[in-house]
Amino acid sequence: MATAAPRWAHVTTQGHAYRNGIFDCLSIPGFILLSTAAGFGALARDAGFSLLNAVTMMATFYALPAQVVMVDQLARGGSVLAGTFSVLITAIRMLPMVVAIMPQLQAPRRDLWRQTLAVHGVAVTGWIEGMRRLPAVPSHVKLSYFLGLGGGLVGVTVLGTIIGFEAAGSLPPLLSAVLLFLTPIYFLLSMLATIRGVSEALPVVFGCALGPVFFLVAPGLDLLLTAVIGGGAAYAIARFRRSAAGQGGGT
Amino acid sequence: MDAATFMASPVGLLAILAIALFVHEPWRWLGLYVGNSLPAGSEVFEVVRFMATALVAGLVMRLVLFPAGALENVGLAVRLTALIAGIALFFAFRRHLGIGVFGAAAVLVAGQLITQ
Repeated sequence: MATAAPRWAHVTTQGHAYRNGIFDCLSIPGFILLSTAAGFGALARDAGFSLLNAVTMMATFYALPAQVVMVDQLARGGSVLAGTFSVLITAIRMLPMVVAIMPQLQAPRRDLWRQTLAVHGVAVTGWIEGMRRLPAVPSHVKLSYFLGLGGGLVGVTVLGTIIGFEAAGSLPPLLSAVLLFLTPIYFLLSMLATIRGVSEALPVVFGCALGPVFFLVAPGLDLLLTAVIGGGAAYAIARFRRSAAGQGGGT
Repeated sequence: MDAATFMASPVGLLAILAIALFVHEPWRWLGLYVGNSLPAGSEVFEVVRFMATALVAGLVMRLVLFPAGALENVGLAVRLTALIAGIALFFAFRRHLGIGVFGAAAVLVAGQLITQ
């Protein structure tokens, strides 16, 4: 690739690209993810999780919203089945994220096994970083690079979970509160980071406005209702704006 | 299985693995399959992406407005002020994630220390 960044100029081996991916976890998003995972560790301990179960959930789900929803529901006295249903609903958002990144995760010869491993690294942070960095990576090592990045980020979250879990009991209450607060603010700003234009902002605004209402009216179904009604309405308006702009013969 | 068993026993560990493998991860595999076989830009995925975004936004507000654990002890006004300050800092510093997140955290600490 002629426009490849200098750091990619001499990368010819898959192993080198893989190590570059791991190295890129030592970054601001990596550090925020470490703190966020620490917040999850603290939350899991608060709820009554063992360290092993909390770490296993972190590494195998590797999707903080699903984990937080499940832990939160269990902590409030909800059943495991209801929590599992929430995970099923929350995980649907993985589908479009993975679809969107797949053009960047092609190997010279289709490699389903490594692709299957790679898509486990798709969560908010891995997705944003992948979409941002992969275009500059030479195409024959893109998949290896993302395997390194995704694997490294999973490792970061496991480390963060352990730190948060172990520190939660001994931390001042205010610091524990801050750790718990990092999760929602990070999610919100990560979503805002990818927004371009009014239409893209609509699902965030509608979700923020309707989520609390549905939580009070129909707790347990609130996230599903927020997704279908809030997201659906946002899409309808975005679509209307697009077709209106199209009929105007303008931009 | 009750919540306590799920959260802190070897049986719960197996349940977590099963949910990850059979409930959570298949959505990634489905995305892999669709992304490999269909052309990008289908309207269906635009709809699903909007719904997913609204869902996470709803979760954000739930965690801020109705928190569980230590965050409960921080007043609602302080939590909302910190959230808004984080958004403002984020945009003021050209969508800098670190400044937004840790700025919000700093405001939360300051607000709690002032109001206590």
